[in-house]
Amino acid sequence: MSQTLRRGPVSGTAVGRGAKRKPFLLDFYSTAVGKKYVMAITGIIGIGFVVSHMIGNLKVYIGTVTENGQEVYDIDIYGEFLRDILVPILPRTVFLWILRGVLIGAVLLHIHAAYGLTVMNRKARPVKYQSARDYEVANFASRTMRWTGIIVALFILWHLADLTWGWANPDFVRGEVYRNLDASLSRIPVAILYIVANIALGTHLFHGTWSLFQSMGWNNPRFNQWRKALAAGIATIVVVGNVSFPIMTLAGVIEFDDSVTSVHELHEDHEEASE
Amino acid sequence: MSITLDSKIPAGPLEDKWDEFKAHEKLVNPANKRKFKIIVVGTGLAGASAAATLAELGYQVDAFTFHDSPRRAHSIAAQGGINAAKNYKGDGDSVFRLFYDTVKGGDFRAREANVHRLAQVSVNIIDQMVAQGVPFAREYGGLLDNRSFGGAQVSRTFYARGQTGQQLLLGAYQQLARQIGQGGVKLYNRMELVDIVTVDGRAAGIVVRDLMTGEISSHSAHAVVLATGGYGNAFFLSTNAMACNVTAAWRAHRKGAAFANPCYTQIHPTCIPQADDFQSKLTLMSESLRNDGRVWVPKNPDDTRAAADIPEGERDYYLERIYPSFGNLAPRDIASRAAKRAVDNGQGVGPLKNGVYLDFADAISRLGQQTVKERYGNLFDMYERITGENPYEVPMRIYPASHYTMGGLWVDYELMTTVPGLYCAGEANFSDHGANRLGASALMQGLSDGYFVLPYTISNYLADWLNKPIPGTDHEAFKVAEQQASDRFRQYLSIGGTRSPDYFHRELGKIIWDYCGMERTEQGLEKALSEIPALYDEFQKDLRVTGTGDSLNQTLEKAGRVEDFFELGMLMCRDALVREESCGGHFRAEHQTEEGEALRNDDDFAHVTAWEWSGDPMAPVEHREELEYEVVQFQTRSYK
Amino acid sequence: MSEKLTYITLRIWRQGGPDSPGQFENHVIEEISEEASFLEMLDILNEQLIEAGKEAIVFDHDCREGICGTCSLMIDGKAHGPEKGTATCQLHMRKFQSGDTITIEPWRASAFPIIKDLMVDRAPLDRIVEAGGYISAETGGAPDANLIPIPKPVADASMDAAECIGCGACVAACPNGAANLFTGAKVTHLNLLPQGQAERYKRAEAMVETMDEYFGSCTNHGECEAACPKSISIDVIAVMNADYMKAKFKNRKKLSRT
Ligand SMILES: Cc1cc2nc3c(=O)[nH]c(=O)nc-3n(C[C@H](O)[C@H](O)[C@H](O)COP(=O)(O)OP(=O)(O)OC[C@H]3O[C@@H](n4cnc5c(N)ncnc54)[C@H](O)[C@@H]3O)c2cc1C
Ligand code: HEM
Ligand code: HEM
Ligand code: SF4
Ligand code: F3S
Ligand code: FES
Repeated sequence: MSQTLRRGPVSGTAVGRGAKRKPFLLDFYSTAVGKKYVMAITGIIGIGFVVSHMIGNLKVYIGTVTENGQEVYDIDIYGEFLRDILVPILPRTVFLWILRGVLIGAVLLHIHAAYGLTVMNRKARPVKYQSARDYEVANFASRTMRWTGIIVALFILWHLADLTWGWANPDFVRGEVYRNLDASLSRIPVAILYIVANIALGTHLFHGTWSLFQSMGWNNPRFNQWRKALAAGIATIVVVGNVSFPIMTLAGVIEFDDSVTSVHELHEDHEEASE
Repeated sequence: MSITLDSKIPAGPLEDKWDEFKAHEKLVNPANKRKFKIIVVGTGLAGASAAATLAELGYQVDAFTFHDSPRRAHSIAAQGGINAAKNYKGDGDSVFRLFYDTVKGGDFRAREANVHRLAQVSVNIIDQMVAQGVPFAREYGGLLDNRSFGGAQVSRTFYARGQTGQQLLLGAYQQLARQIGQGGVKLYNRMELVDIVTVDGRAAGIVVRDLMTGEISSHSAHAVVLATGGYGNAFFLSTNAMACNVTAAWRAHRKGAAFANPCYTQIHPTCIPQADDFQSKLTLMSESLRNDGRVWVPKNPDDTRAAADIPEGERDYYLERIYPSFGNLAPRDIASRAAKRAVDNGQGVGPLKNGVYLDFADAISRLGQQTVKERYGNLFDMYERITGENPYEVPMRIYPASHYTMGGLWVDYELMTTVPGLYCAGEANFSDHGANRLGASALMQGLSDGYFVLPYTISNYLADWLNKPIPGTDHEAFKVAEQQASDRFRQYLSIGGTRSPDYFHRELGKIIWDYCGMERTEQGLEKALSEIPALYDEFQKDLRVTGTGDSLNQTLEKAGRVEDFFELGMLMCRDALVREESCGGHFRAEHQTEEGEALRNDDDFAHVTAWEWSGDPMAPVEHREELEYEVVQFQTRSYK
Repeated sequence: MSEKLTYITLRIWRQGGPDSPGQFENHVIEEISEEASFLEMLDILNEQLIEAGKEAIVFDHDCREGICGTCSLMIDGKAHGPEKGTATCQLHMRKFQSGDTITIEPWRASAFPIIKDLMVDRAPLDRIVEAGGYISAETGGAPDANLIPIPKPVADASMDAAECIGCGACVAACPNGAANLFTGAKVTHLNLLPQGQAERYKRAEAMVETMDEYFGSCTNHGECEAACPKSISIDVIAVMNADYMKAKFKNRKKLSRT
């Protein structure tokens, strides 16, 4: 893709092409259009996760419920529930790991494709315009996909360290989701981090959700006008929902109460009872 | 070496001639075709279709264009449509009627056999283009739509919005691209033909200049096809694209190809009037607008009111008045001259009083703005971009402008020029339109030549050359031609005068337009024939070309083209001078009826004038090909 | 009579050749009529330059009617300048104000190397067409044109896409230097038509893959549509994407069943 001027007659420009083909999936993935399909599909998985994750997290607002006569945080039960899906067809947490596997795979593929396309785009215009561009429709969201994506990626790592593994959270107690949340988001810098990251995510989704229809070739005059609205809707819901958590924590609406039974105890009780 | 004009028209009844020819011509067997190399210069409709078809047949084809891509050829700009005798409308059309209309439209100055063949293959063109994916306009039932065009009383014009030429050229270009991709055609882009090389009186190849590097090189072949378009830009202001020029045809002329009927130029009635002196070109408003627009001027020359304020009674709908049966659809030459008369009368409209109105008010109130928009929306938008006026509200202003050239290299029935092995197709040849071309017939002719005629006729010549050696580019004649070409371009750079090539072109164009334009007189032509050489002289002394010859230099390119226009300009005026009659696009003021219509002289001028280069542009040698009409009777062309 | 702009300052990119460095050059041009087209304004400047013994500014143009797709200027950061749905050659000076500074740059993309000044080489667009942007229908033997009716909406949609003039403004405007609008337009034009079905998937595959060799990728910015002088909708990109995917996954032996 170098900027050299080739001269001379042209002939046979289309012969010999495609003589050696890779396995068809790799072949598909090798082109930009193929990569965009992968980005879109992994993006859809991402959207699916983020939206359900957000909805699941809304359970913090339910606070406590009474289970086996004991007061427990609803969200903690939810956390346990996730680990119990498809038990006893599969052992505990196996299905969750499958989901995690899909997610990890999706994120890795998404990043790989994004990287590949970025390299390609850089090469496509090695010499930039020397005067100011005047964009008409390309918006902030579409032009910052790489940056919002990277912010989200870094956030995910930090977020796992914070709320899944607990490395970034001194008060972390495995399985006590409500406690961990409060402990983490009560720290003002962390709360800000969550807010910023989620706004970045929202921006990413604002362009991404619309864009994926194009990438997937889903185009129909009957619904085209709704694509932007849908994108704005999903981005807003995710941002509003997710940003509410740090804000409500700082505002004291989400506040961990020591007297509530932990799911672990509940579990132990439960297990004892059933024995 | 004097030339003979042998039209090689096959014997037999008119409608069998083409079949007769195909049945008896010499053929080259498929395995031998690849032993022949054919050069095609020009990738417009004629060139692209010829190159693609020849390559499909198996010939080795080298295609040349000075454009960056074959798709940019001037054919792309045709708006209105393409004729074909399909009779899909069942309104009485037939091959014969199309043939007859074309001969009549050409004011009985075309070769019957050629025109008949054109009408015959017209039906195949539409089939071919549809198969290639040209999205012609359709009706709701899914069948092809037609519109009517000037000079015909049937609807036989196929169209693709206002971009028919674009869609047809893209169709032909795609076939060419396919051949390039598959290796059948070698494409040389941004290469300008600067000379033709003949060896032993036969075309041996061409000399080209690489516009990007200035390098001059030669290419040899068994046959050379020129499909390099028309010379309408001789007028400087015309509807042609900026790069259109006569160089290829002119260089061929200088190497022995006769140039036929150069004075037959067509002035198109519906162009946007000139706005100022700096203007570089005129823009055509498709003739199809005349289907719904009404042409008028104020009756009173001193009327300065806005169009809307002029009451019906004070308007002169002159076309409807003078030509009641054709009205606003009168043929181009007639509509053009009528407009000129109105403007010369002082009835012109617009700031420079140099136009007439083309009014859609009636159509809008009859059909509604929506329908008018559907039919002509893009043309209306274009008009508004150029003039800043909204034609939905105020009438368009139009005026005639140079548009098409019926004259060109003389070719026989097989499209071969007087130089054996040198063929000419499309607008560059003189063949099918006589003294005037009907709307939507140029596209038809270009594609007919390229797809359906040349690929057949060329084997008739090539067959004799099987396995015989041809001169290579190391032949002396090529070296000489290369040397002459590079000397010529070096010369332009070294004159070091004060005026740009554009300046000379503009001045030349004015002379040709004034004296060899819509109306010609003996006196005027004589005057032009003294002014052009004088200006040419000045050109040779006072030209200034800046920059160098070894990188892209548009000024230098232009200089070469303008020089050829000078020599052509002299020939145009000479031709107009000797043709002492009025016919089609050639109107000699001395020869008109009492009502001011063209007065033909069939006794003395029912011939083609073909000029031979003598070495002196002011003293060409005249030859004549008598036109014999077996089927058509001479008639006074009447559109009343 | 027409109004005049008393003066205009032009900042024009000058570059001697593909490998030379380039820079902006300033020119002031006076008394320009509003009726002049943008390119006529450059003609006037060029004539002045030639008469002053300087080299004329090289820019590509031909038809000056907005149809050949030759003209190609980046005017004030916009491909083909400020007027929507308009090629450079159809832009008129009445869109500008006296005293304006207008910056003119060539189109920039690695696929479009600069030849000189404002002229670039757009040959890769031809390569894409050569790869499959046609219907293989050799001359002769075509069936009657009305044999296969084409519903009007289909013919119209195909025509919408076919209007592309191959100017490359989409590439120039795209932040990624992608040619998806151009390629999508050609694929859509042919793939919508009944005549185009036989080679539909082969075409999509070959054209997309050739496009990849020269251009960037589409991330759906939509700048191309805004710059396109024919206002071709980015819907064509979706059509191309869908056909490319099908090209990879569908069983082509059942082509006629789709
Ligand atoms: C504005 C306009 C509208 C028109 N509308 C209609 C219409 O509606 N219907 C109709 O039937 N006709 C129409 N015509 C006429 C018609 O478009 C042309 O007559 C026809 O397209 C000519 O085609 P062509 O192939 O002969 O030449 P062109 O398309 O002009 O092609 C010439 C080719 O030759 C090449 N060339 C020229 N000189 C050289 C050289 N020295 N070296 C290398 N290459 C060279 C060029 O690069 C180009 O590829 C219109 C014409 C104009 C101007
Ligand atoms: C992990 C780090 C991430 C990076 C580096 C990243 C980067 C990118 C990039 C560069 C694009 C291309 C822009 C485009 O083509 O329009 C993109 C598209 C997209 N991203 Fe991400 N992203 C990341 C995470 C996410 C996440 C977590 C989600 C979902 C919640 C997501 C959803 C999307 C969607 C839906 C698209 C649009 C796909 C398409 O147009 O087909 N991304 N991303
Ligand atoms: C403010 C908003 C958010 C809150 C309050 C939140 C909260 C949590 C909590 C409490 C967990 C641990 C659940 C458990 O261990 O059972 C978790 C896990 C996780 N979160 Fe979030 N999260 C938020 C936003 C996000 C975002 C925007 C993303 C991704 C883009 C994300 C990705 C994840 C992932 C990948 C896990 C690990 C899931 C697993 O282990 O299966 N979170 N989140
Ligand atoms: S799609 Fe539009 S911008 Fe792109 S090449 Fe075609 S006409 Fe030009
Ligand atoms: S601007 Fe570029 S990113 Fe896609 S939508 Fe157009 S090609
Ligand atoms: S010069 Fe032809 S499109 Fe502008």
